[in-house]
Amino acid sequence: MTYTPEKPKTAESSEALRARIPGWGADLDPADRPSVPRERFDPTFSGAWWEFPERQPEKWPRERSIEHKFLTPVFGTACPPKGVSGAIRKLAYRRYSEGRAAHWLLLMAADRVDAAGSTLRSFLTTRPDNPLTETGVLSEISHHGLASRRGENRADLRHQPLDPIIVAAPWVLAGGLAFALARRVVRRRRA
Amino acid sequence: MRAMVYRGPYRVRVEEKDRPAIEHPNDAIVRVTRAAICGSDLHLYHGMMPDTRVGMTFGHEFVGVVDEVGPSVQNLKVGDRVMVPFNVFCGTCYFCARGLYSNCHNVNPNATAVGGIYGYSHTSGGYDGGQSEFVRVPFADVGPSLIPEWMDEDDAVLLTDALATGYFGAQLGDIVEGDVVVVFGAGPVGLYAAKSAWLMGAGRVIVIDHLDYRLAKAAEFAHAETYNFAEYDDIIVHLKKITEYLGADVTIDAVGAEADGNFLQHVTAAKLKLQGGSPVALNWAIDAVRKGGTVSVMGAYGPLFSAVKFGDAMNKGLTLRMNQCPVKRQWPRLFEHIKNGYLKPSDIVTHRIPLEHIAEGYHIFSAKLDGCIKPLIVPNAA
Repeated sequence: MTYTPEKPKTAESSEALRARIPGWGADLDPADRPSVPRERFDPTFSGAWWEFPERQPEKWPRERSIEHKFLTPVFGTACPPKGVSGAIRKLAYRRYSEGRAAHWLLLMAADRVDAAGSTLRSFLTTRPDNPLTETGVLSEISHHGLASRRGENRADLRHQPLDPIIVAAPWVLAGGLAFALARRVVRRRRA
Repeated sequence: MRAMVYRGPYRVRVEEKDRPAIEHPNDAIVRVTRAAICGSDLHLYHGMMPDTRVGMTFGHEFVGVVDEVGPSVQNLKVGDRVMVPFNVFCGTCYFCARGLYSNCHNVNPNATAVGGIYGYSHTSGGYDGGQSEFVRVPFADVGPSLIPEWMDEDDAVLLTDALATGYFGAQLGDIVEGDVVVVFGAGPVGLYAAKSAWLMGAGRVIVIDHLDYRLAKAAEFAHAETYNFAEYDDIIVHLKKITEYLGADVTIDAVGAEADGNFLQHVTAAKLKLQGGSPVALNWAIDAVRKGGTVSVMGAYGPLFSAVKFGDAMNKGLTLRMNQCPVKRQWPRLFEHIKNGYLKPSDIVTHRIPLEHIAEGYHIFSAKLDGCIKPLIVPNAA
């Protein structure tokens, strides 16, 4: 037991486990596992035939961490920074290292500005954002939303009611502002 | 082409996007035939990962057919069926030369703390992911592998992250014969970690979660002893009781940033984004392991600080081991285990969702509806 030298015994012996569980002990030797040792120096193992890769063309000033010496030779080009959110992102990269909370908090702020701005811009397009279809909430009906929760001892049921509030709050707020603005314009015209 | 696109927290849709182009001589363009939603995609979906931009396509688990190759590609040709590890890596930087492909220094200009990951925000390099009809795959001579003829496509897609990560998590536990292993989280990575613990000779494998249907899968798929933490006043005391008050030799955090079990931790992290993640499972892993034991962390957390019980980890003399999985390093051995019948990755797949319905897929997986454990995505062109 714990308060004496010997380790408590487990209920099943290795032999019993080997008989019951397919593959038990196939990787028994700790030295013979794919990630042992953690670092294994072999620059040719990956199949790469370069020492330093050719550089990918930089088509716009690519933002980068100031903890890098230079722009990495290969990088993603998914969503170039744009607008106000892009300016915030560029500031976060230019001014703060990854070690500073400000770096990450600015990027999070930029994410929120990006989402709000993109939604507003979507109303000027033929495909405005639609929270009903984009949240997938209709699957609550088609995929047993109620039955998946009823009678279950799930810890997440305590905070799931917050999700609709988080999603709906910006829409309600924006709707309220739009209504107030419209009402003010109408009243001014009448006056 | 059709692709999943992020529109803001909790909102995604499918849009028409430009087919990706060759941007580097060693790029390939892959036509995706099968993708998956990973538990860590939910951190992006919920707006928890900094620099997740509107318009990005998620998806770091995918397989497909090579549709185009850059001029310097030597190891792949058009028409090859390939599986692509979630890590984007160059193969020759300081870290890749030592087998740490997940820590590649040549592919992510946005951060030095993390390597490149497909479809995982600009913090992980700004690469579009595979929940799409086509995807750009950099370093085609290094990353992708041919899918063996005998391998099922559903198994192959799970090798690109979830299975490799679970297997890696068990390895980081340094399990020796007869060890008691506790896995927190019965999602895909937790299930694979529990199953892998037996391969390494564990004497007892315990899985903790709050979803009964996932615990039932852990018992069936991973032969594990299971406990629903929501049924106990204090799951740590229970774990101590059932281990003769010693604690486990090895604990594995297979949950990460959105862990449940502590309302305050969950809300401050997952809802208010005031922490990099809710470290409930990690703290439990620290509490449940014996003094001198090993904690393996496979759960993904954001780069901001999290309220981790570091004092106890120090006082208990723990070894904390963690990393993003260097996927390709795991494949040869995992191929053997699958071929020998020790592992059948696709046994945990519960949903196959057409790309056009991906918003529903995210909600079903996020809200844990319909017994969802692992949803695969089937693009139109598959």
